[in-house]
Amino acid sequence: MFNIVKIAVKNIRRYRRRTLLTISLIAFGVVFVLVFVAVSSSFKDIMIRQITNSYLGDLQIHRRGYVASIETLPLNLNLSPQQAANAVKALKENPEVSAFSERIKFGAMFSNFTETTNIRINGVVPENEFAACPAMSTRISDGDKSAGALAKGKILVPALLARGMGSKVGDTVVIIATNRDGSVNGKTLVISGILESATGPGGRDGYVHIDDAMEILRMTQREISEFAISLKEPERVDRVAESLSAQLGEVVKDPKKAPFQVHTWAELSPFSNIAKIVDLMTIFVKVMLIAIVLISILNVMIMAVYERVREIGTIAAIGTLPSKILILFLVEGLFLGVAGALVGLVAALAIVLGLNVWKVSFNFGQTTGLVLLPSLDLNQIVVACAMVIGVSIVASLQPAFKASRMEPIDALRHV
Amino acid sequence: MSLITASQLVKTYRTEAIDVRALQAVSFEIESGSFLAFVGPSGSGKTTLLNLIGCLDKPTSGELQVGGMDVVKLGRRQAAEFRGQNIGFIFQSFNLIAVLTAFENVEYPLVMVQELPLAERRDRVLKALQAVDMLEQKNQMPDQLSGGQKQRVAIARALVTRPKLVLADEPTANLDHETAYLILRLMKQMRDNFSTTFIFSTHDTRIIGEAEIVYTLEDGRLLGREERQVAHV
Repeated sequence: MFNIVKIAVKNIRRYRRRTLLTISLIAFGVVFVLVFVAVSSSFKDIMIRQITNSYLGDLQIHRRGYVASIETLPLNLNLSPQQAANAVKALKENPEVSAFSERIKFGAMFSNFTETTNIRINGVVPENEFAACPAMSTRISDGDKSAGALAKGKILVPALLARGMGSKVGDTVVIIATNRDGSVNGKTLVISGILESATGPGGRDGYVHIDDAMEILRMTQREISEFAISLKEPERVDRVAESLSAQLGEVVKDPKKAPFQVHTWAELSPFSNIAKIVDLMTIFVKVMLIAIVLISILNVMIMAVYERVREIGTIAAIGTLPSKILILFLVEGLFLGVAGALVGLVAALAIVLGLNVWKVSFNFGQTTGLVLLPSLDLNQIVVACAMVIGVSIVASLQPAFKASRMEPIDALRHV
Repeated sequence: MSLITASQLVKTYRTEAIDVRALQAVSFEIESGSFLAFVGPSGSGKTTLLNLIGCLDKPTSGELQVGGMDVVKLGRRQAAEFRGQNIGFIFQSFNLIAVLTAFENVEYPLVMVQELPLAERRDRVLKALQAVDMLEQKNQMPDQLSGGQKQRVAIARALVTRPKLVLADEPTANLDHETAYLILRLMKQMRDNFSTTFIFSTHDTRIIGEAEIVYTLEDGRLLGREERQVAHV
């Protein structure tokens, strides 16, 4: 086999320009795919982390049916204190959960004594909220950036609303809400910080202390609208969601009657659709790579067979078996693919390294200054290289088969 | 002892318009160790006959045995194996592989056909190149060699597998007279050294005299057989 490889390499080197062009084309395709995969993965990861760490968490637990009617923030679909206690127990027992934050969500009126508008309020335990959503503090553009911003009597106001109402840190505002029984109540709060918006649902919500929320809603016992959960390994989100669902089902003995629903961030955020589009584009780019490799190698190998008909006749005449002629041409195509993949891989790694050194930043929606830190994992590299090598073999098959099937007597007559 | 026995060989090439009878009931026997030429004008059937003997083609009818093997019945793969083990070829246009050196060209059938180990290959190739006086040019590429040198390398390649039979189709057609004569003498010398049967075709009357046995072909028919007394080199 080594000798066949040696002869194949010599054959490839005979048409240097053509070989270089083919290897360059394949390398270009590999670079395009790997850099695209690295950059798009980085973009996706940044955005997902931005969303999950800012307000969504990796997972959320709600009472069954709550998410379906989340637009109205129905207070009658909150988890009862007993259900909430069961959920807390399950979350504390789950080793994959790093932190969680219980929230009371409700719609309210926001008044600065001259103007009034509507607002969505999250009543939270500050320490729990900042632990489950560690990027919360980065969203606070003005004011206290610590959990102290959500001490009792304080409110974090979304930036768009603050600008529209002309409110600023230190201002006193009133939050008025209707409770489950239909009675109206209000509470005066001081603005402790302005929250920059993030992409997706909940990105424009205001935050208050959970006790203030209970007071406004005249809740005597703590009912919970949702739990936002952050995981130790966010990439295991689907598995944890499954295990948590099972865990919560066991709490009430009958999983089918479980009042809980566990949702991953992807089920709650519209960004998951963008992530899916990015994944689709990656597939499209890979298809383009396949086309590039297929066409370039097929073209080169067809030319090689056409130009070497007499030579094929000669080696067949002196007794080279058809199977060996087939292997010889397959190895030539394979070598082109391997060489292109290697060159492309080196170039892609260099580009990815360069992007990490230059730290390219970008803005997405209201979020600015996001820094791309693309990386390539072994799996992505292996998939791209295996694809190129596989397609190289497939592309070489037809010309190689044609060469091996040539009748030596006809090939020797070829002019 | 007969190396080749042909009986009533017929070869007809069928085209859409007409059938061309390239060989018509040709019968002959060739002894092992012969230095033999098929002569005749273009279109007389020389190349067709060599192709049949070399298992590159099959007769339309008739029988043909080479080295005791009924080669008419050989399949594609079996024919390739038989050629690789028993027959060497020398071509009019030398047909050296352009990307390989003289050494590698001669080594090629030992690598790809007979799959010999490296040490034995090297030994055989050097001996073959020495026999054709091309040892000094062993590292040269075909395009660095003259026509005569290329044909010497081709002879070494044909002999390196130690075949029973070497077939040469117009081996001197692309060479000047002096070189052609030298190549013929070299082939005969190889026959003497390795007891290999050499069969060549030619229409060049100047070199026919080098053959010990001459079969004359015309219009696909064997007209006669002539044995000549030629002093061995």
